[in-house]
Amino acid sequence: MLASKPIAVAAAAPLKTPRTRGGPIQLSAHIYGWLLLLPAGVLLVTFTHYPAVTTIIDSFFSTPKGHRSAVFIGRDNYQAMLDDPVFWRALGNNIVYATSVIPLTIALALLMAILINGKIVGRPFLRLSFFTPTVLPMIAVANIWLFFYSPGYGLLDQILSVFGIATHNWLGNEHTALACLIVVAVWKDAGFFMIFYLAALQQMSPQLAEAAAIEGASRWYFFRRVTFPLLMPTTLFVLINAIINSFRLIDHIVVMTQGGPDNTTALLLFYIYEVGFKFWDTAYAATLTVVLLALLAVLALGQFLLLDRRIHYQ
Amino acid sequence: MFYARVKWLIPIVGAVTMALTSGTIAKDIELSFYYPIAVGGPITKIIDNDAAAFEKENPGIKIHAIYAGTYQDTLVKALTAFKSGAPPDIAVLLSTDMFSLIDEDAITPFDALLSTDDDKAWAKSFYPAFMENSQTGGKTWGIPFQRSTVVMYWNKDAFKAAGLDPDKAPDTWDELVADGGKLTKRDAVGNVSQWAIEIPSSGFPYWLFQGLTTANDVRLMNQAGTKTYFDKPGVIQALQFWVDLSRKDKIQPEGTIEWGTTPKDFFERKTAIMWTTTGNLTNVRSNAGFPFGVAMLPAHQGRGSPTGGGNFYLFKKMTDEERNAAFKFVKWMTTPERAADWGIATGYIAVRPDAWDTPVMKKYVADFPAAAVARDQLKYAVAELSTHDNQRVTKALNDGIQAALSGTKTPEQAMKDAQQEAVRILRPYQ
Repeated sequence: MLASKPIAVAAAAPLKTPRTRGGPIQLSAHIYGWLLLLPAGVLLVTFTHYPAVTTIIDSFFSTPKGHRSAVFIGRDNYQAMLDDPVFWRALGNNIVYATSVIPLTIALALLMAILINGKIVGRPFLRLSFFTPTVLPMIAVANIWLFFYSPGYGLLDQILSVFGIATHNWLGNEHTALACLIVVAVWKDAGFFMIFYLAALQQMSPQLAEAAAIEGASRWYFFRRVTFPLLMPTTLFVLINAIINSFRLIDHIVVMTQGGPDNTTALLLFYIYEVGFKFWDTAYAATLTVVLLALLAVLALGQFLLLDRRIHYQ
Repeated sequence: MFYARVKWLIPIVGAVTMALTSGTIAKDIELSFYYPIAVGGPITKIIDNDAAAFEKENPGIKIHAIYAGTYQDTLVKALTAFKSGAPPDIAVLLSTDMFSLIDEDAITPFDALLSTDDDKAWAKSFYPAFMENSQTGGKTWGIPFQRSTVVMYWNKDAFKAAGLDPDKAPDTWDELVADGGKLTKRDAVGNVSQWAIEIPSSGFPYWLFQGLTTANDVRLMNQAGTKTYFDKPGVIQALQFWVDLSRKDKIQPEGTIEWGTTPKDFFERKTAIMWTTTGNLTNVRSNAGFPFGVAMLPAHQGRGSPTGGGNFYLFKKMTDEERNAAFKFVKWMTTPERAADWGIATGYIAVRPDAWDTPVMKKYVADFPAAAVARDQLKYAVAELSTHDNQRVTKALNDGIQAALSGTKTPEQAMKDAQQEAVRILRPYQ
């Protein structure tokens, strides 16, 4: 979306023919403007707004099956959802997942960015290795970690066995399964967010650090009062992406646990997939999707309205 | 001028029109065939060759094999295509998807197509155990193609090392527990370096569970797919036995065991025995670095295993001509010779008894007797769990099994909850 703007402006300049044709300049300018918006608008409406609206409509109807067509059933789907223990489980899991993954990812990304922003030996190698997980597709990552977590000969158990710790069924135990998936998500995303922090850090004027050094500020004080506030726009961007990812990325669940054992690793979107494409209860899947949409909308709004005011843009 | 601007389009439009019309003049019957496998590999090659050979013998019919991923992916693609008005013509999907496909009104039964005596004889030529999941309400909805059962693989070296007869697998539940105690290797601190047995419980534990319930002489559902019996005492006992393998006898790892890594555990000697599909036979044969055996699942009240795997289905929205062509293809793919070839190439069970009398199959079994174990087990096999709203009912049972295995619920509580959920889901079908 952002990218299409400058292109539109550039294209507009040499093509100002409507003016020479005569007629009301204002009107043709309006039409021209709308025409420029049209390609993006069509895509947005077709793939974002229209599906969202039909999803909301479908959530008030029953699922059509065979010869039975959909009938209006009011809020029955929503009532069924409130009574559905798996839905609550998935929602709860997702909250735990998001509240662990987001802060851990951001903290790790920031730490890595600061580490490789400084002058240390082997910097290019470190940068590359921090970024590598991002380049891999999530399916590949999940398959790699599946073997890391394998009881007995998996990497994790092999390392622990050196210290005499017994083998552990990491993904098969309901106390550890979700934590294992959280680790995978952090590992996968931290490198990606690190790039944004690194870019922001490199744009920061070195004069600030020099001034702080003259004033005798400690490194931690400098980070807390200067670096971190200046990174806030980046943090907001990263935060939004991290939140979206924590509700959107479920590839690793499909590969590693299929939501098991006993739904302990079922996230909301995974449950929606199950309901929609395994149970074929499309109306109920639409209902769950509405909840997910509402949740994300509230989170995004909250971020833009509340956090944005506190952020200092240069 | 508008015309001047668009005149370059004219030859293109002309060419496209010609291409479209010439296609209809040739009047080839084109059939799309969804097959559940990812692209590439030896199996797609076999299917491609078969399709080409069929086209050669039947000019005028073209088969487009579409490799659609896992069974689940293929079902999703086929049903989505069906809902958007362009279903596949032929598809290989799980036999257990029969009720779901009927409920969606997506498939046609084969009965109307069986016009000649030959056709009728062909429809009766398959193992009855496979037809259990292919027929309901007096109609035949699926034709067995790549079918399997659960069998037990054992590591003969591990048996020898434990002082057991390497050529004799445990034949009953009691023997399994007794042998299991000897096969589990612990160090001084109690860390296990080799487990006796792994029965996988991720993804679709109900299927392996049926290997236990059937041996305990209970069924999980009725033939009409409208009732389940998850809370019957025999089912609870079977689950208790499974849980005890980990928690009481301590011969199986605790928690859920990943289906996908179980063969690897077996190759790495982390487990001496594994239960998995006969479809893994070729995989085990080429990857196990030790002599191994294949046995029927151990018996308790009786013997038994569920069948599994995929059937041919014919989708709706075909013309009569297309349907006859599709039927011809299904018949062609399931001749005794081709069933034998397919079984040898993949490890799936050749789906009809006469396939086992072909010379190639006789030679194969003589060289590799393990291949016949799954066939012999068919006598005791029952239909894989399949009901209306199948995946949802199955999930209720899967969740219950996993809860019991991980210790959050007692087997009794887990099965009662699963049954209650299944009753609720199946209410509209009573």
